[in-house]
Amino acid sequence: MIPKQPTPDLSPPVSDEVRKTTCYMCACRCGIDVHITSGKVTYIEGNRDHPVNKGVLCAKGASGIMQVTAPSRLRAPLRRVGPRGSGAFEEISWEEALGTAVQWLGPLRAKAPEKLAFFTGRDQSQSFTSLWAQSFGTPNYAAHGGFCSVNMAAAGIYTMGGAFWEFGQTDWDRTKLFLLFGVAEDHDSNPIKMGIGKLKARGGRMVAINPVRTGYNGVADDWIGITPGTDGLLVLALVHELLKAGKIDLDYLARYTNAPCLVDETEGEEKGLLLRDELGKPLVIDRTTGQPVPYDRPGLRPDLGATWKGCRTVFQHLAERYLTAEYAPEAVADRCGVSAERIRALAAEIADVAFNQTITIDQPWTDFRGETHAQMVGRPVSFHAMRGISAHSNGFQTARALHVLQILLGTVEVPGGFRFKPPYPKPAHAHPTPHSYFMPGRPLDGPHLGFPQGPEHLALKLDDLTPARIDKGFTWDNPLSAHGMMHMVISNAVAGDPYPIDTLMLYMANMAWNSSMNTAETMAMLTAKDGNGDYKIPRIIYSDAYASEMVAYADLILPDTTYLERHDCISLLDRPICEADHAADAIRWPVIEPDRDVRGFQSVLVDLANRLGLPGFITEDGRAKYRDYADYIVNHQRRPGVGPLMGYRGTGDAVGRGAPNPNQLNAYIAAGGFFTAEVPEEARFFKPWNRAYQDWAVKMGFYDQPQPYLFQLYCEPMRRFQLAAEGFHERQPPDHLRARILATMDPLPIWYPPFGDDAGDAFPLHAITQRPMAMYHSWGSQNAWLRQIHGHNPLYLPEKVWREQGFAEGDWARATSPSGSITAPVALMAALNENTVWTWNAIGKRKGTWALSDDAPEAIRGFLLNHLIDELLPDRGDGRRWSNSDPVTGQAAWFDLRVRVEKCAPPPETLPAFPPLKSPVPNAKGSRQ
Amino acid sequence: MTNLPPPSAKKLGLVIDLDTCVGCQACVTACKGWNDQGYGAPLSDQNPYGAAPSGTFLNRVHSYEVTPDEGAPQIINFPRSCLHCDNAPCVTVCPTGASYKRAEDGIVLVNESACIGCGLCAWACPYGARELDPAAGVMKKCTLCIDRIYNDTLPEEDRQPACVRTCPTGARHFGDLGNPESAVSQLVAQRGGYDLMPDMGTRPTNKYLPPRPKDARATASPLAPLLDLQATGFAGWLDRLLEKF
Repeated sequence: MIPKQPTPDLSPPVSDEVRKTTCYMCACRCGIDVHITSGKVTYIEGNRDHPVNKGVLCAKGASGIMQVTAPSRLRAPLRRVGPRGSGAFEEISWEEALGTAVQWLGPLRAKAPEKLAFFTGRDQSQSFTSLWAQSFGTPNYAAHGGFCSVNMAAAGIYTMGGAFWEFGQTDWDRTKLFLLFGVAEDHDSNPIKMGIGKLKARGGRMVAINPVRTGYNGVADDWIGITPGTDGLLVLALVHELLKAGKIDLDYLARYTNAPCLVDETEGEEKGLLLRDELGKPLVIDRTTGQPVPYDRPGLRPDLGATWKGCRTVFQHLAERYLTAEYAPEAVADRCGVSAERIRALAAEIADVAFNQTITIDQPWTDFRGETHAQMVGRPVSFHAMRGISAHSNGFQTARALHVLQILLGTVEVPGGFRFKPPYPKPAHAHPTPHSYFMPGRPLDGPHLGFPQGPEHLALKLDDLTPARIDKGFTWDNPLSAHGMMHMVISNAVAGDPYPIDTLMLYMANMAWNSSMNTAETMAMLTAKDGNGDYKIPRIIYSDAYASEMVAYADLILPDTTYLERHDCISLLDRPICEADHAADAIRWPVIEPDRDVRGFQSVLVDLANRLGLPGFITEDGRAKYRDYADYIVNHQRRPGVGPLMGYRGTGDAVGRGAPNPNQLNAYIAAGGFFTAEVPEEARFFKPWNRAYQDWAVKMGFYDQPQPYLFQLYCEPMRRFQLAAEGFHERQPPDHLRARILATMDPLPIWYPPFGDDAGDAFPLHAITQRPMAMYHSWGSQNAWLRQIHGHNPLYLPEKVWREQGFAEGDWARATSPSGSITAPVALMAALNENTVWTWNAIGKRKGTWALSDDAPEAIRGFLLNHLIDELLPDRGDGRRWSNSDPVTGQAAWFDLRVRVEKCAPPPETLPAFPPLKSPVPNAKGSRQ
Repeated sequence: MTNLPPPSAKKLGLVIDLDTCVGCQACVTACKGWNDQGYGAPLSDQNPYGAAPSGTFLNRVHSYEVTPDEGAPQIINFPRSCLHCDNAPCVTVCPTGASYKRAEDGIVLVNESACIGCGLCAWACPYGARELDPAAGVMKKCTLCIDRIYNDTLPEEDRQPACVRTCPTGARHFGDLGNPESAVSQLVAQRGGYDLMPDMGTRPTNKYLPPRPKDARATASPLAPLLDLQATGFAGWLDRLLEKF
């Protein structure tokens, strides 16, 4: 039978209205079109006009609708009524909640502002939250960069004025060879996917260096399953091969880097610093005259091979170091788990593309010395790297090595290479230095975080030179901790080291679960009491939109809205969303109203600032400057005319600089939620040295005068710390750190074994996590769609381990590290470094949280590796608490983890198991629809 | 049992590039989101916050590990949905005529008002592309977003399936595979696009583009040292390096 063909409605209206805002399902911050029907969100898709995602959207973004309807959403402010960690709360009014917070915080500010520690997790408003903390007067503020990827960011800033992701990107339209280090999925999620698509459509090649072939590594043309923690060694072996063959960009090095700068070799307090003229400008030898001149002299031809008064150039120091046999492919092959032949082949491929396949854009430009270049010549090799190489105790130097490799090839800020995104490039010396000077009742003396240039910028108390910050950021233990060290806050506060605190305030940071190392112990610390029966951390305030694990460990909960119900700004003052060809910023605005008694946390902070009378938030006659966060976004001025948003300033047509415009948010909404400003054609490459770019950046308000600079192959600030360790600074490191500072603060990149290797032969395997593309940390398990994609996480074992112990499908294993053990289901994976085990990040959940049933797979079969990772290094018997962090930046060394794995009988659920938390919200029942 | 119409000249379908698909699942949830509010009954989720959440999806992505005889193990991400077969066994098996293939463009659809939820079509489909929604009691399958591709309330550029519009790597292509001149047909010709399980005789419209060869040796010749470092020392190397600069 052929029945009459039905005639379905082919043109149904999709929705009543489309409201355009910014996604918050991860930190990528794509533009989204939110379809609204009868006042409810009915569909979310990518915004085609948006600079970040150009219409596409990832699995998380398209599932945002399930964040709004999630049963785990908190409903009203909560006050703890049972013991901490029990989950017993009562709902209270906002007036009560805010009154309580003011009662706690007001006296602290008046007497001891440092006793408030305010740390934020996946905060996208750090320029605002940091200003709040600064106004409060506490030195104890940071976001989560310290356990995320500060090594990559700081190494990039110190070396070349920016790193990957929000700082810069591959020139996806032109690159021919793309090398990806340590990334399965990244914050820059959709742009990387779009870029890989473009690269492949053009027939370009992609080489992936990762112990695990998952995520992006799956589509790579070549996969190098490197041993964790050895990326720096591989990179320096590539440098060795390229130097030996002379395949480096000498012209680029001479013009744009400190390669020709002279290094002082006279013994004494200046040894190893760069020679400078009386104005402080580094000196180079001019090949025409043979005389030393400042590096920026017009007409200068810098000499890379010069020696002057016994002082040689940075280039000679660098070449001499990496030409030694120590970095030859044969010397590193076994350690890296990559054959010498393979390393040679990779070096050859890089050199071939960089030097035989150059590309040219016919666009004249003028450099900072006044020389005009007829064309923009590019070397189409590009790199991207992130957490995989940086979350090690050698991560800073590894990231430095990678940046140095890019610079030696001349692939930074050239067509086909790596390109900065405005307002970057911005070198370390143009950033603030850290500020930590606190006084009762007074604001802090400046921004908390910054980039020290030497020991004089450490955050030490002026009187006794002990750490000023609770996390010991910017101390001799980790001098360049540019993002703070959130992972040490709870541990240090409970130990009273360097001092006890009174109130811990956290935002969007699941410290009682997946955002802490040593999770079980962290839960114990959060509930630890002193001899009087008082909590060692007396008060904990937490803001989150969902019933996360951390909620149960706080005393006062300030419930946040979802991202569709709030104002936000994705600001150039903060972590921008620019692309290489344009500056961009964006907003969120309430596309729906919350159906419950919750408030955007930033507006709550404005309210608290007003009640506490914080300077900066109050006018001279004591009135509130800002009604709420939306009001702040429009009217706050960081410098005259420069505010959180660059678009529609003044009377609506000013860009970058201009008076506050009361209609600014409406203008953003009308324009699709974002604003872009094109980088002029002449300014699109060679930005650190390009006059047209420098002038445009000043016009835009990124900085107030042109600031061209040289890339820092040789990182002079690091040498200043070494000098101090040698005895040449009025601030002296404690004796127990001298040797470590000398060894790790080398101004040229080095490789040393990750501290985790000290675990020894009893722990033969590396254990790491990978980020799944369809789940973002803890934000996803409450999502009905995403948890069907990643509901639990096996421990993946390599073939060697699988075979040796006779594992079979369905088996479980116990993984033991020097500090703990877990028991979990295992699975076989062949595309895996033979000495590595891994699992997906943050899938496991604690029973009773996220409004999941107690038998949810996340709680029964899911697990965290965190239990195996101590926040401290093993006790050395010296009475000191050595942080498990990179000694340069303090980045949490998650991926240093070493384990052994043994087959065991399956327990009823993954171990360690914890009792269910009492949920502050009712669990869902039945099906959806 | 239901008959198929004569083969149509126009054959709308998808071309999926297995070389580029990173397995990100974007197409899976975009499809879920669109079709939860689009053609026919919504796509329910059973026990969505419980022990065994189970929802209706019209498109799923599976990742497989493949270990070749030589070279490194590989990962293949494989999106799976209705292939809109010319010779669709899911249509011919349907006892009520609910399952049908459109005469004008070859799209295979379910007329939900005639569907009795017997599940025969899901058994007949060799690709596992159909899912019975337990809440609605009707068979759900990829509609090729028929309520998008002809939807004149949408801008022209958005008249494509939700999965194609959202795909971040551009691994999914939509078009007329009946027209050899179309972009999708050209892509299939250039890249050796193939039918899934051709021996089943279903003659699927959708095509898959195979992954390009991986882990091949780089073709660049090994780098030659400038000179013998051991013999000349660093000074000799530096002179040679800088002599032409």
